Amino acid sequence: MQLIPCPWCGPREESEFHYGGQADVAYPDDPAALTDEQWAQFVFFRDNPKGPFAERWFHSAGCRTWFRAVRDTRTYAFLPGSPA
Amino acid sequence: MSTPEHPDALWRNPEPKKNYDVVIVGGGGHGLATAHYLAKQGVTNVAVLERGWLAGGNMARNTTLIRSNYLWDESAAIYEHALKLWEGLEADLDYPILFSQRGVLNLAHSEQEVRDSVRRVEANRLNGIDAEWLRPDEVAKICPIVNVSGDIRYPVHGATYQPRAGIAKHDYVAWGFARRADAAGIDLIQDCEVTDFVVDGDRVLGVRTSRGDIGAGTVALCAAGHTSVLLDRLGVRTPLQSHPLQALVSELLEPVHPTIVMSNKVHVYVSQAHKGELVMGAGIDSYNGYGQRGAFRVIERQMAAAVELFPVFARAHLLRSWAGIVDVTPDASPIVGRTPYENVLLNCGWGTGGFKVTPGLGQAFADTIATGRVHPLLAPFSLDRFVTGALVDEHGAAGVAH
Repeated sequence: MQLIPCPWCGPREESEFHYGGQADVAYPDDPAALTDEQWAQFVFFRDNPKGPFAERWFHSAGCRTWFRAVRDTRTYAFLPGSPA
Repeated sequence: MSTPEHPDALWRNPEPKKNYDVVIVGGGGHGLATAHYLAKQGVTNVAVLERGWLAGGNMARNTTLIRSNYLWDESAAIYEHALKLWEGLEADLDYPILFSQRGVLNLAHSEQEVRDSVRRVEANRLNGIDAEWLRPDEVAKICPIVNVSGDIRYPVHGATYQPRAGIAKHDYVAWGFARRADAAGIDLIQDCEVTDFVVDGDRVLGVRTSRGDIGAGTVALCAAGHTSVLLDRLGVRTPLQSHPLQALVSELLEPVHPTIVMSNKVHVYVSQAHKGELVMGAGIDSYNGYGQRGAFRVIERQMAAAVELFPVFARAHLLRSWAGIVDVTPDASPIVGRTPYENVLLNCGWGTGGFKVTPGLGQAFADTIATGRVHPLLAPFSLDRFVTGALVDEHGAAGVAH
């Protein structure tokens, strides 16, 4: 089974984690000021790269902490040095 | 003793020309079907560009389920259009595709699923689609190997049943479309990866490929899980996320399973191929991935569900498993139609369920390309619905996988 490096617990089995999709998607500062197009971008549109992808992961069956990691979507390998 | 003659090839393997009226990117089921129906409309100066070999991606990896019992009018219309074409496809292609209308059962395991399922049956009937609600004893009559006893973790409370649903031999379907498109003069070009576009303002002049630049009057994208990679080159964003979707087969067994059974709740669906393998699929792996492989724990969970529902499967063995890359959208409905580039048309987002719509999409997408007007059956699935909010939410009917 693929091991995922939890920044708090170290490498743990993939089944302990929950996927959170693209990282660094900030909630808009002033949602009411957005156009429909901008709101749609925030709600529905995410990057879908073939290669390194910064993601949110949740150690749901462990320390229950969300963290950020960079993973290669071609090989599924977590890249070393991902900022936590 | 003489060596047997190599059989005739079903299609040519031509060199790409400099220009085509229409370039279809992606030589899977949708690209080949679109080519076939373009030829039927008299449009034959067409190339289908495939980065690997014809129909070697999701067309080779899907579980071949065909049904039209979707909830909303928009989905029911396109999938039923496809099902009607499936019913005449062997004659149209003059090629055997082993289309077998053996029906599909969608199981309900909770009171809420019962309510949702009955609602979907009524919606299907209003759309002229064959649909019935069956009690557990009626489920057992149609598929005797389903465990309908009350002492399992998720008892079967009933099922929707679409008798006209079925399966077909996916490879034969692709070959049938390819053979007819080739015979009409359409160039099917393999080992030809589209890497970029030649852009002029809000038009595309052609595509850059691993075999040189190819000019195009219209570019039609049929690239499924790789659509985002192509659209990134054009700076066009979509809500697509590419995920691995796994499937597996058992060794060959005697005929034990007469229909198709799907269960959203326990995440498995099963049919038995003509040759005898049990063909099973699960839900997508949770993370984005382009690797055409998934985690074995997903397979394990799927097997646990299958053995619970079908105790007889405990004696079967897993023969092989694989994965495709599916392009999933937020509302589990496809994205088809226009892009910000006036001569680039988009067909993607069929996610886990693109096989069943192959002839319907091919016919309607070809009509869109030939006339320049988005076909009415495809119009509800435009990219701008994510801005207008006119979503076609089919998570219930798409379920575990289409």
